[in-house]
Amino acid sequence: MRSHPFRCLLAVAAVFGLGASCGSSSPSSMAAGEPASSRGAAKGTLKVFAAASLTAAFHDAKTGLGSTDPNLTVTYSFAGSNALVTQVQQGAPADVFASADQRNMTTLVRAGVVEAPIVFARNRLQIAVGPGNPKGITGLADLAEPGVSVVLAAPGVPVGDYTREVAARLGISITPRSLETDVRSALTKVTTGEVDATVVYLTDVRAAGSKAVGVDIAEVQQPAIGYPIAIVKATRNRAAAEAFVRSATSGAVQRSLVAQGFLPP
Amino acid sequence: MTLTASIGLSLGGLHLDVDLDLGEEVVAVIGPNGAGKTTLLRTLAGLLPLDRGRVTIDGTVVEDPAAGTRLAPEARDVGVVFQEHRLFDNLTALENVAFGLRARGTHRGDARRRASEWLHRVGLPNIASQRPRQLSGGQAQRVALARTLATEPAVLLLDEPLAAVDASARSELRSLLRHELRRYPGSRLVITHDPIDAAALADRLLVLEDGIITHDGPLADVTARPRSTWVATMVGLNLLTGTADGATVTLPGGATIIGAAGPGRGTVFVAFRPNAVTLHRTPPDGSARNLWPAEVHEIATTGDRARIRCTGPVPLVAEVTAEAVAQLRLADGGHLWAAVKATELDIYPT
Amino acid sequence: MTPRRWAGGAILAGPAIVALALVVLPLVGLLQGAPWDSIISELTESEALLALRLSLECSLGALAASVALGTPLAWVLARRRFPGRSLVRALVLLPMVLPPVVGGIALLSAFGRRGFAGGWLYELTGWRLPFTTGGAILAETFVAMPFFVVTAEAAFRSLDRRADEAAATLGASPAYRFRRVTLPAVAPALAAGSALAWARALGEFGATITFAGNFPGTTQTMPLAIYLNLQSGNSGVAIALSLVLLTVSLAVLVGLRDRWLGTT
Repeated sequence: MRSHPFRCLLAVAAVFGLGASCGSSSPSSMAAGEPASSRGAAKGTLKVFAAASLTAAFHDAKTGLGSTDPNLTVTYSFAGSNALVTQVQQGAPADVFASADQRNMTTLVRAGVVEAPIVFARNRLQIAVGPGNPKGITGLADLAEPGVSVVLAAPGVPVGDYTREVAARLGISITPRSLETDVRSALTKVTTGEVDATVVYLTDVRAAGSKAVGVDIAEVQQPAIGYPIAIVKATRNRAAAEAFVRSATSGAVQRSLVAQGFLPP
Repeated sequence: MTLTASIGLSLGGLHLDVDLDLGEEVVAVIGPNGAGKTTLLRTLAGLLPLDRGRVTIDGTVVEDPAAGTRLAPEARDVGVVFQEHRLFDNLTALENVAFGLRARGTHRGDARRRASEWLHRVGLPNIASQRPRQLSGGQAQRVALARTLATEPAVLLLDEPLAAVDASARSELRSLLRHELRRYPGSRLVITHDPIDAAALADRLLVLEDGIITHDGPLADVTARPRSTWVATMVGLNLLTGTADGATVTLPGGATIIGAAGPGRGTVFVAFRPNAVTLHRTPPDGSARNLWPAEVHEIATTGDRARIRCTGPVPLVAEVTAEAVAQLRLADGGHLWAAVKATELDIYPT
Repeated sequence: MTPRRWAGGAILAGPAIVALALVVLPLVGLLQGAPWDSIISELTESEALLALRLSLECSLGALAASVALGTPLAWVLARRRFPGRSLVRALVLLPMVLPPVVGGIALLSAFGRRGFAGGWLYELTGWRLPFTTGGAILAETFVAMPFFVVTAEAAFRSLDRRADEAAATLGASPAYRFRRVTLPAVAPALAAGSALAWARALGEFGATITFAGNFPGTTQTMPLAIYLNLQSGNSGVAIALSLVLLTVSLAVLVGLRDRWLGTT
């Protein structure tokens, strides 16, 4: 009998390809049939793409979520909001997207990728300096001093844009040594002693604990920082996504946010 | 312009122990492979350090391990022509020949002019702008010769200069070498394994075997009266050693050889040509006083002659006609008798 | 064709085609997704030009450093025996296999403001390497130099000493021999090593962004500009710059094909 190894290979590859594309069956079909007594308990897996400044709060929220929705597995992807927007546009499998500013969320809204967003938290900017504040920084104006080395987040990253907006309004010209890809890497440059100061969110300075010291920016100088959250239209676990968004606005996640220093929406 | 050397050197399994004086004659060094000929040349050139000894050129000590002196090759006035030309690939023939001059500070124009003269002199007027890879083996070796001669070193060393040149170009190159060596005003030493080269180029022959000089003398001497098996084989003579008592020589195995006249007593060499040996199936009558049993070991036929290597109390090589091979049925082997006339034997002290 | 020969050919052809597709398809995708009509304007827009010019400066600087420092190192590794030589060689080649970002972290711990060498430098002079073009050049040199050293060492090792000996017997000093015999013999190999090192330096990302940071005109080389622009959704500029890098890399490979890919 003639052997046709090439055709065999093709057949095998086809089977694997079909199998992979089927994917796992959607848990939402199971959840829809749940009895009312377990209403609100989400199941399955959920992928949340969130701005880097939400890292500590969302991680902490896992315990809270664990008690209300024990069968839900949430995986997070944290990065600069603009980077996440690009990933989602390229088809990354996100169920929920939480941004640190409206601008990035609007890009996805306009592209028809997400449903209507809700603002679920607010934040404030704060200057982060090393322990002991060696350069004696007291305000944003000090960041423009020639002897002070500063990094800021890159254009497109919300915290960087917020900072530039404020600085422009106050007529302060800050020349950063580097434009970082997200708020966490900007803060790391300060905590490792590489630079003297950066501008991040108050919540980030708190999360850094003893590694960083915060210098306040006056309330009148603060920009309006609102974090919108939205369900990605292509989600495969709508029930869980809705549950997460509910939790973020008024449930366990919201409580965790407040505990971290975020302001309520 | 003389070179005097006393060389002691161990390299791998070779132990070189040579005393050497280069004067007015062209000296050829011959010997079997592994004897140390190239090693010797390299130590004289400064490419290999001595373990002990001394090398002096024109009265200047260029190397003396005991005194801690050692001049690098570039500081010695020694020129070498290597077996594989070793021309510089990135330079033209002219630039190659000019290299030594330029390296010593000669002006570019001057050096090129003299290089051109040398190229003419070695018979290559038209290849000045060619690269080594465009030249034939013979041409490349001529350029190499010109390159070395152009620097006019006090000592000229040639390491098997004709070995890598193919047969058709060899005789022409040999003539050129002979001509240039004769005229050269400095010490000259040629290493070769070819007796024809040695005969053509040199007046004096040094035989190097296993790191030691076994013969040093005029060419004719060495070839007529070999003092080692290797030389004997090279010139095609049978050579045996034994103890003489009058005209009788006793070999180590007990067999005796009787010569025409005897040098008296002591250890002697006995040399005779292969074509002086006659082979017989039955002991012949006649005046041959030297008659020994022999067995055929190997037959090598060339044209109408054959060389028969025989074993027995007197191991030897006999040269007979191809006809005789057939007549005696030598190919069948078996017992033979070998005879040599006493007058054909050359007996001389060791 | 006999069944066995056909089957043999097919067994090889299948995976071979897949392998080729793996490499070719992304390149085709890049070409296909390029903003061909606006590419010139994308590239001449100021940030892109800055990145182009900075990349050129830094990669050439890294090349110069690699050659100046790498040649003596390659010579010593090739020609001198010393205890621990294989260890030294392994260390020198380490950046070739180290993930670039790890290289960046390592550079920070040595040359950062609190690094054991950088800290001391900062105390004494107030100079620092991170966030400077010099830092970008250092990061690129760190990853690119091994490519040069490995080629140069191989070239020095395979040098034919016979030509050098002949030159010595002709009266040439070691310096003269190096200049007129050794260097011309290794020049082609050194050129190939330089081309590789330069291409590697040009494409360096991880170590540069980690150690030198990212600022247009100072440290934002082309790979960084591509990444940042892609993050911000400016894919036009990102792809245009990517095409420039792709063209340069292809040119280097084509130029080196005889030496590195074996056959013409």
